[in-house]
Amino acid sequence: MTSPPVRPSEKPAGAPESAPTSVSASISASISASRLQRALASDFVYDFTRAPIAIIAGLVVLFLFLVAILAPLVAPTNPFDPASLNLMNGFTPPMQANMFTGESFVMGTDDQGRDLLSAIIYGLRVSLFVGVMSVLLAMGLGVSLGLIAGYVGGWLDNLIMRIADIQLTFPSILIAMLIFGVLRGIIPPDLRDEMAIFVLITAIGLSEWVPFARTVRATTLVEKEKEYVQAARLIGLGRHQIMWRHILPNVLGPVLVIATITLALAIIAEATLSFLGVGAPATEPSLGTLIRIGQDFLFSGEWWILTFPAITLLALALSVNLLGDWLKDTLNPRLK
Amino acid sequence: MVIILARRIAQAVLVLLLVALISFAIFRFVGNPVENILGQEATVQDRNEMIERMGLNDPIPVQYARFVWDALHFDFGISYRTAEPVAELIASRLPATLELAFISALFALVAGILLGIFTAISRGRFLAGLVMTTSLVGVSLPTFLIGVLLIWLFAVELGVLPSFGRGDTVRLGFWETGLLTASGLKSLILPAITLGLYQMTLIMRLVRSEMLEVLRQDFIKFARARGLPERMVLLRHALRNTLVPVTTVAGLQLGSIVAFAIITETVFQWPGVGLMFINAVYFVDIPVMSAYLLLVGTLFVLINFIVDLLYLAIDPRIRDRNLRGGG
Amino acid sequence: MTAPLLEVSDLSVEFPQRRQRLQALDRISFTLEAGEVLGFVGESGAGKSLTGAAIMGLLEPPGRITGGRITLQGQRIDGQAESVRGRRIGMIFQDPLTSLNPLRTVGDQLVETIQLHLGMDAGAAAQRAGELLDEVGIDRGRIGAYPHEFSGGMRQRIVIALALAPEPELIIADEPTTALDVSIQAQVLALLRRLCKERGAAVILITHDMGVIAETTDRVAVLYAGRLVETGRTAEVIAAPRHPYTKGLMAATPNLDLVSVDTVLPQIPGSMPSLAALPPGCRCHPRCGDVMPVCRRTAAPFIDGVACHLYGAQTQEAG
Repeated sequence: MTSPPVRPSEKPAGAPESAPTSVSASISASISASRLQRALASDFVYDFTRAPIAIIAGLVVLFLFLVAILAPLVAPTNPFDPASLNLMNGFTPPMQANMFTGESFVMGTDDQGRDLLSAIIYGLRVSLFVGVMSVLLAMGLGVSLGLIAGYVGGWLDNLIMRIADIQLTFPSILIAMLIFGVLRGIIPPDLRDEMAIFVLITAIGLSEWVPFARTVRATTLVEKEKEYVQAARLIGLGRHQIMWRHILPNVLGPVLVIATITLALAIIAEATLSFLGVGAPATEPSLGTLIRIGQDFLFSGEWWILTFPAITLLALALSVNLLGDWLKDTLNPRLK
Repeated sequence: MVIILARRIAQAVLVLLLVALISFAIFRFVGNPVENILGQEATVQDRNEMIERMGLNDPIPVQYARFVWDALHFDFGISYRTAEPVAELIASRLPATLELAFISALFALVAGILLGIFTAISRGRFLAGLVMTTSLVGVSLPTFLIGVLLIWLFAVELGVLPSFGRGDTVRLGFWETGLLTASGLKSLILPAITLGLYQMTLIMRLVRSEMLEVLRQDFIKFARARGLPERMVLLRHALRNTLVPVTTVAGLQLGSIVAFAIITETVFQWPGVGLMFINAVYFVDIPVMSAYLLLVGTLFVLINFIVDLLYLAIDPRIRDRNLRGGG
Repeated sequence: MTAPLLEVSDLSVEFPQRRQRLQALDRISFTLEAGEVLGFVGESGAGKSLTGAAIMGLLEPPGRITGGRITLQGQRIDGQAESVRGRRIGMIFQDPLTSLNPLRTVGDQLVETIQLHLGMDAGAAAQRAGELLDEVGIDRGRIGAYPHEFSGGMRQRIVIALALAPEPELIIADEPTTALDVSIQAQVLALLRRLCKERGAAVILITHDMGVIAETTDRVAVLYAGRLVETGRTAEVIAAPRHPYTKGLMAATPNLDLVSVDTVLPQIPGSMPSLAALPPGCRCHPRCGDVMPVCRRTAAPFIDGVACHLYGAQTQEAG
């Protein structure tokens, strides 16, 4: 794995000085080629290619994300367009022709005649949307607070960390439920279903900011003492500039691992809240909502209404968790 | 030692007051208490009377103080939905949750520690790997999904266990227990496993990683070098050192069982305070929400406090460090 | 002449890794007489601690013995170290802070060892524990104290007491004073040497400090990159080192009588090769001032206490 031999000293004697452009160009080309080669041959990729579980998990997650993003193109029908629904299609078992309309559906239909496959695809979309958005919210809030706490220090740091400690005393799902309940109480009843998704994102996001804040704060405390920060201060750069433009890029490393793990937690939190009836409503159901609806029909024999959404959620939760776990294990020694 | 105790108590009380504050804020400011009680048709006069009666015109700190005072006397107001006193509602449903939580915690602790030790010692063997993989599944799956799947397997397909409710209960004074009847016990099985599974896998992985960490330490190497047989090394040195940090974390985890009971109670329609809370959130029944929050918050602060003290008592290094440094 | 207490022949240790197998020890051979103090000296990573661990059967997996024999009083112990561990061969480690279980009292740990190996009842064991503490210079009243209540030097004395409790024939001391203050080092070493001599126990003293070797040992063995390069009586090796590497070590050790503030201490240039990139032939040759062409091709056999091509021809001629 050696870089291609480039020996500037072997330039023919008397060659004009303009030759270095091609030499230095080829040097940088060889450097970036070897950087790619190095990256590909690095332990990280080596570990990944040898961990079949991580590969499978990664592929599943990728697949599910693609399906969710391309939902309108991929789903056979739009299950939430009332015009396309035929109540007579209700309770059709999977892959069997409906006895009234003759239509058949890959995964059957629910009590309203909605095609389950489409419902799952759109439900997946809601689940992933809420998951990703809440992680972004948690990350934005947590990283900012962590940066401020670490850099500014003093009473602000104390305050933020105190709040963080107190919040950590309670399980995040409880906090999410609390925030959801409060916001719901404030919103007038007729808007509650519409705003449910945003309330959900806010609730879950606000319940997961602490790990981000703590890690970023710890790294900031270390970075604060480094020379490039002292230099920036000497030049006269303001606090905000130093924090956001100089320190921030350097503290983002561990944030990736936390983000992946938080994504898994957020997806599960959303599914749980929706299942409990305090999350995505039936008009814009996520996988959790679908499972809740499905449970009602478990005993009456329409097993498919529960099973298919459950399997999808299982695959999603498991894959994101496995991926996050593997990421945490591989990157950890480096973080230390 | 007394100083440390006093400090910890003061900290706990502070957090308790904070929890009470949040609870009070929800109670007082979310939604409109007067409207909720009187309905939207009430006259202005009725409304003003109610405001006076509920003391809603008093300065906020006074209202807060009254709230805390009432709470200490177990007066949590009246449910918006059922108009019964919240305290009574909670009292009638608490035994169900506590029994469930207790059995789950027992399951999680015993199974978790045993499996944790097993997987740490037989590291690399097939069975240990199998247990670890299954545990990963247990941690990744949402609790409600596990509950639903268990219902589907044992109640629908096999038909051996009930899928909802507590079964027959026996009344012992004010406590209604399901532990004394066959159907009561059968009804406990699936919910207890569902509720305890997550905690069990957590404890198992914790015990395993702690034990592996301890086994790496020099004093273990030295114990082996002194010729102590492996069994002795494990039981007399590794185990005790492992369990010390485990008890603290396990204690914290087990406390959270009460919070996660919400989910399990919903899946199995278990008539406990968790189900009560979810219904309250759904129907925006503020007093019930606020009271539940206050209770659960208090519970968590208490658990944290006790575990803190436990850790102080068990680990002589921390005890001495605190004594010498004056806390 | 009595048979040696410990005989190690052609001991080899390997570490199978992801993409290669690292040979950490290559055919180490030496003997140890009863009651003598043998020093093992070499740079970090030369394999000194590994030799001790191999003798005790305490190699960390995936490391394993791949060749050779170890015999104690004529009895083979490689592969069956459990039978002699603690009872006949004791070992003490570098860091006294972590060698003792922080959650159990000193007395507990002593009594446990005594009862295990000497079969006494609790009362007699406690009595013996107190006596041991006396011998290492610790107030026996502190038998109920926890390890963190003692200073580093005192903890190492407790460790010595623990290792000597079963009355072993051999103690392997792996850098026992490296983690201690210089002022305490001499005390602890003197204690170790005295107690072992009194009991007739042999000592293998592993260290990278030539000063310790000079002060405490009867014989010395020099290791480099997993191979033994020279052995001999300490006084002789120090006065007249034969192997170029040993000469370099001696020259690099400050001697108060010979150096002044202006003296530049000679260093052996370069550093020891990593196990993954061992040079062919004699492993020392890249840093050797007397290197010859043959050194780059083949390793010198270990003859008459030294492994160097400079001497091989001479001794062959002489013998």
